[in-house]
Amino acid sequence: MLLDVKNLEVTFALRSGPVQAIRNISFSLDRGERLGLVGESGAGKSVAGFSILNLISQPGFISGGEIFFEGKNLIKMSEKELNTIRGDRISMIFQDPMMTLNPVLTLGTQMTEIVRTHHKLSKKEARSLAIETLRQVHIPTPEKRIDQYPHELSGGMRQRVVIACALISKPALIIADEPTTALDVTIQAEIMDLLLELCESENMGLILITHDLSVVAQMTDRIAVMYAGKIVEIGKTQQVIRESQHPYTQGLLKALPQKRFIGKRLNQIDGSMPSLLSMPTGCSFHPRCPILDDRCRAERPSLQDCRLEGHQAACFKVEGK
Amino acid sequence: MKEAWLQFKSSFFLYSFLRDPVAIVSFLIFLVLVILSFLAPAIAPHDPYDLAAIDIMDAELPPVWMAEGENRFLLGTDGQGRDLYSTILYGMRTSIIIGILAVLLQAFLGICIGLIAGYFGGLVDNFLMRLADIQLSFSTLLVAIIIGALFQTAFGVEKYEDFSLILLIIIIGIAEWPQYARTMRASVLAERKKEYVEAARVIGLKSGRIMWRHIFPNALSPILVISTVQVANAVMSEAALSFLGLGMPITKPSLGALINAGFEYFISGIWWITAFPGFVLVILIFVINLLGDWVRDVLNPKLYKH
Repeated sequence: MLLDVKNLEVTFALRSGPVQAIRNISFSLDRGERLGLVGESGAGKSVAGFSILNLISQPGFISGGEIFFEGKNLIKMSEKELNTIRGDRISMIFQDPMMTLNPVLTLGTQMTEIVRTHHKLSKKEARSLAIETLRQVHIPTPEKRIDQYPHELSGGMRQRVVIACALISKPALIIADEPTTALDVTIQAEIMDLLLELCESENMGLILITHDLSVVAQMTDRIAVMYAGKIVEIGKTQQVIRESQHPYTQGLLKALPQKRFIGKRLNQIDGSMPSLLSMPTGCSFHPRCPILDDRCRAERPSLQDCRLEGHQAACFKVEGK
Repeated sequence: MKEAWLQFKSSFFLYSFLRDPVAIVSFLIFLVLVILSFLAPAIAPHDPYDLAAIDIMDAELPPVWMAEGENRFLLGTDGQGRDLYSTILYGMRTSIIIGILAVLLQAFLGICIGLIAGYFGGLVDNFLMRLADIQLSFSTLLVAIIIGALFQTAFGVEKYEDFSLILLIIIIGIAEWPQYARTMRASVLAERKKEYVEAARVIGLKSGRIMWRHIFPNALSPILVISTVQVANAVMSEAALSFLGLGMPITKPSLGALINAGFEYFISGIWWITAFPGFVLVILIFVINLLGDWVRDVLNPKLYKH
């Protein structure tokens, strides 16, 4: 097992009192496995991603749970120990490639800095490694590009460089936080293909955080659907998409445009996600749920096993085994 | 090296400089003043620091073009018989050295403090910024009196004359660092939120490295903008302190000390001792301020004048 997140809780200490942004989530990842974290804005996907590196910014903090990475508990680690893992064993890719690269440093400087922080490499070795990695992400003439500044590159190119930055130290896990949201659709597909190809060839684990189910369906082995800080459904990608059990997942899938219903209005899930400050009683999805009953208003459902192995959903209406 | 020159040659900085006659003229005047003052030992006809060469019988001579003027003294002499032209050159050198070194000290203190305050935030920020507020509520004058008095009681008045240059740099440096600290903090606050800083934390860099290597260069341009104005202010502070007798001793006068020295003769019709150094001081500060305005326009993309 590469990564094992157990009962993770993240709290934000706001002026109006503590608010739980992540409520008791657990998931795990094998070496080379790809997991998609899906949900609408504010569901806590990004917070979950950042908490793996223990980099949630103030006033948020991890208030409970354990995160085991390669057998070591990341939450118990000192900042110094964590810094040896950040960027070396676990890397992150951010949403906006325009913002993730430092505008005043050349690509080469930024890339070599990453390897040289973690390994004893000479400048020359680091540079040739950076050139090699740029070639891996299909940047033409990397020997020239490496001395350029971020503003001299197009958006798609920059995201490739960001991926190269994440890749250069050969990490065991990459956390990609909406890596293609800021790019247009054709480049989006290119970048995703590249990411998939690299994960497979280097046997890297990937956590793909996105709101785009169609992307996740193509890219990942497993999906975890998040809603209001909880995982409401988790399982193999095919299972979750073909036999979704939770009404929220079903709603998300129905909201996608499909060939079968050309010209029809798309479905939508009525209402919006509850504010973390005023969570509804019982199941947090019940005010928007089409199939609720009295039990849903009173009790909070936990994840239950579904028909197929490894598929779980947090709903009372699950068709059990 | 050659590449850097080519890059500079094609830069927007140079381009807009060559398009701005005000900037060119003020830069040329500034350059001439600086060159004159730093070449003072070579080009000045007399050495005002050499007490043996001064003759009290030459005192209070008017400039050449007036009836009693002598050819030896282009701009006349001061109350002790020193050639005013030479003394102004030497004095300007002192003023410029103090101005620039004091600004370097201010910038060093202010940048370090502002960077730390802006990056760490919270209590550290509060503490450092209140410190800056306290510092600002002391005027430069008060700092000068306190440090001057402390130094004089500790080491005696003779030592004070020897060390007055360094003391003035320290006084002006300490009195004005909050300007830099505030500017730095404000621009660090803006940079800190950007994703590249987050990315730097994600790759496991230490705080110091993130601060100096990633945030600092990005937060630098407002610092450059205020620097020119600060040099003018420092030269002016030095002149004001010297004028009040808290600065350079009369044996090694700066422009301010010269203005002060001439002030007592002013009423009796001997205007040149005060007027010429005053005129030079005004020109010096005026061109630095004009250059500062131009730098601000160039480095601030939000100010489009065209």
